[in-house]
Amino acid sequence: MSLSEREATSLEAREAGTAVRATSASALAQVGVLAVLVVLPFVLSGFQVFQLNMMLIYAIAILGLNLLTGINGQFSLGHGAFYAAGAYVAAIIMDHFGLGYAWTIPAAGLVCFVIGFLFGLPALRLEGIYLALATFALAVATPQFLKLSLLEEWTNGVQGIVILKPDAPFGLPLTPDQWLYFFTLAIGLLLYWMARNIVASRSGRALMAIRDNPIAARSMGINIALYKALAFGVSALFTGIAGALGAIVVQFVAPDSFGFVLSVALLVGLVVGGVGWLPGALVGGAFVVFVPNIAEEFSKGLSGAMYGVILILLIYLMPTGAGGLIRTIADRMKRH
Amino acid sequence: MKTGNNMRHIRVVAVAAGISMIAFAASAADTTGITDTTIKIGNIMPYSGPASAYSQIGKADAAYFKMVNDNGGVCGRQIEFISYDDGYSPPKTVEQARKLVESDQVALIFNSLGTATNSAIQKYMNAKQVPQLFVATGASKFGHPEEFPWTMGWQPDYVSEGKIYARYLLENMPDAKIGILYQNDDYGQDYVNGLKEGLGDKASSMIVAEQPYETSDPTVDSQVINLKASGANVFFNVATPKFAAQAIKKAAEIGWDATQLLNSVSNSVGSVLKPAGFDNSKGIISALYLKDPQDPQWKDDPGVKKWEAFMDKYYPDGDKTSSFTFYGYSVSQTLHKVLEGACDDLTREGIMKSAANLKNVPLDMTPEGILVDTGPDDYYPLQNMQLIKFDGERWVPFGKVLSGAAESN
Repeated sequence: MSLSEREATSLEAREAGTAVRATSASALAQVGVLAVLVVLPFVLSGFQVFQLNMMLIYAIAILGLNLLTGINGQFSLGHGAFYAAGAYVAAIIMDHFGLGYAWTIPAAGLVCFVIGFLFGLPALRLEGIYLALATFALAVATPQFLKLSLLEEWTNGVQGIVILKPDAPFGLPLTPDQWLYFFTLAIGLLLYWMARNIVASRSGRALMAIRDNPIAARSMGINIALYKALAFGVSALFTGIAGALGAIVVQFVAPDSFGFVLSVALLVGLVVGGVGWLPGALVGGAFVVFVPNIAEEFSKGLSGAMYGVILILLIYLMPTGAGGLIRTIADRMKRH
Repeated sequence: MKTGNNMRHIRVVAVAAGISMIAFAASAADTTGITDTTIKIGNIMPYSGPASAYSQIGKADAAYFKMVNDNGGVCGRQIEFISYDDGYSPPKTVEQARKLVESDQVALIFNSLGTATNSAIQKYMNAKQVPQLFVATGASKFGHPEEFPWTMGWQPDYVSEGKIYARYLLENMPDAKIGILYQNDDYGQDYVNGLKEGLGDKASSMIVAEQPYETSDPTVDSQVINLKASGANVFFNVATPKFAAQAIKKAAEIGWDATQLLNSVSNSVGSVLKPAGFDNSKGIISALYLKDPQDPQWKDDPGVKKWEAFMDKYYPDGDKTSSFTFYGYSVSQTLHKVLEGACDDLTREGIMKSAANLKNVPLDMTPEGILVDTGPDDYYPLQNMQLIKFDGERWVPFGKVLSGAAESN
């Protein structure tokens, strides 16, 4: 009796130990990644900092999509539309009202939250593949909507809007590229922290319960309609902020920037990074920015086909995305 | 004495260092991408994505510079042509342009394709003072040297073409009543503005109806019916190929007997006039600035023969019936001439100066009378066009070459 009790305690202690080691390892990894992200812009050239910045921006957009698809289980083929909305809100605020770029971030987030929430309401009736089709329609309609002559006074039609690039404030010794990179990084960290807290909270468990078993979730008293619409709103908020950052960094928005291809790229980034694993967004962002360039290196005429081959290989090697791969490796190391 | 000597020595070194730094700064800023043996030229094309058909232009450009290199290069230098894919997406264009300028360190970016994509990098190129030469779009916004001295278009812009039709009408049908069908975007509006500018004071009395359409409209039937009802006897058709064909067909169906002016974007026999019906298309007037090698009248033309030899040797899998291949050949030939003119001053400034100093230069593929002409205040290289009339089978040139330039010509 006492022996088994002691054994149990020691087992618990050992398990607790591995858990502590696992958390400390993952914390260590996170600090390491952050350190690399902070150091890189001082080592790389201007245009590489720009590429890295785009990677972070797509990572934020994918983080938003992950909250919707990975955590709440709703498909979206139309997140390019929310990205476009955020970008246009930022561009119009800067171009028409002359406000500073920093103000565009909360404004874009708010507008996209409202759009996402409202879109989430009719989407409640749709599930799985049907929801994917409805959001697909949203993505296809967006560029044409932005070209409408009715809105031309604001959107400038097909011509798009050119934005000025901000300099580093307070006389910081940073190039505009580096400054915008750290601006994006700070917002990205804040949003990542928010996303983690949402997932770890009561609401996060409710979202996951809806994903795993909607009937059981309802019987536990979760307001499914409200939570699903909220998930759409929060997801659009993240992606819209990414869009605003994208507009500021690229210094230009036009309807052609936000075609259906963008929505697909975000979805591909999500799957490559790992559905439901939040840090995977960073891997997804890197995929969106860099893999087309790698594909182009192989062959100009067949860059699309090369992209496909790389994608198939990656999915074959890590069928559950980067997140799954890392988990598998961690498991193996624990066993040995 | 010794210290004085030392001081003098230091001073001499400092002055020498200062001079060399100035010299270095001047030359380093100007001759990026140019060595004693090479000239690096960047290009951005939609090799992937919805507009990938245009990438034949980029391939023809690359083939042309291969031919130049095989013939000894230009100014004793080989051309290194670096072309990247932007998938017709402006954010990607910005990335690729920055890669070309900052990483590959090209001397200039040449013939990048698209209106939105070029708009996205125009400010950057001018801030960096890197030539953005001969952009592949007809939008009139790429010819404003006072605002963007490093950006230049190439083909006749839509405004110039609109003016050319205005000149024709003023001369031949001064009492015309014009009905306009146009696509409601910058392309359509450029044409309408050009026509109005060309007509001048008479614009308001001559234009009796304007009917816009959106690219999302399924047909333009109702617009054509409205135009006929307005009593117009000239039909100015500013539509992209699909809509242009619909409009020509509808006009014939409802028996609208008007003189038809068709914008050059849609004057392809195969993709517009054939579906519209050759009978319906008889008598339509349009304009061109490059010889169409498919046209039998150019069969023995030396320029077209040169182009055919080029296609056979350097771009054998290229489509000879596609206008993109002779477009690419012609625009590359223009850059070839610009570089030849800049041999004495091979810097970014020198190249830009040479590009703004092309005086009545003929190209292999331009019909007689259509010449490349620029100046420090004139960033529209091609502004003359030849009017053509469809005889039921093919386009036949008529009248003299008309200019869409401001007023001097």
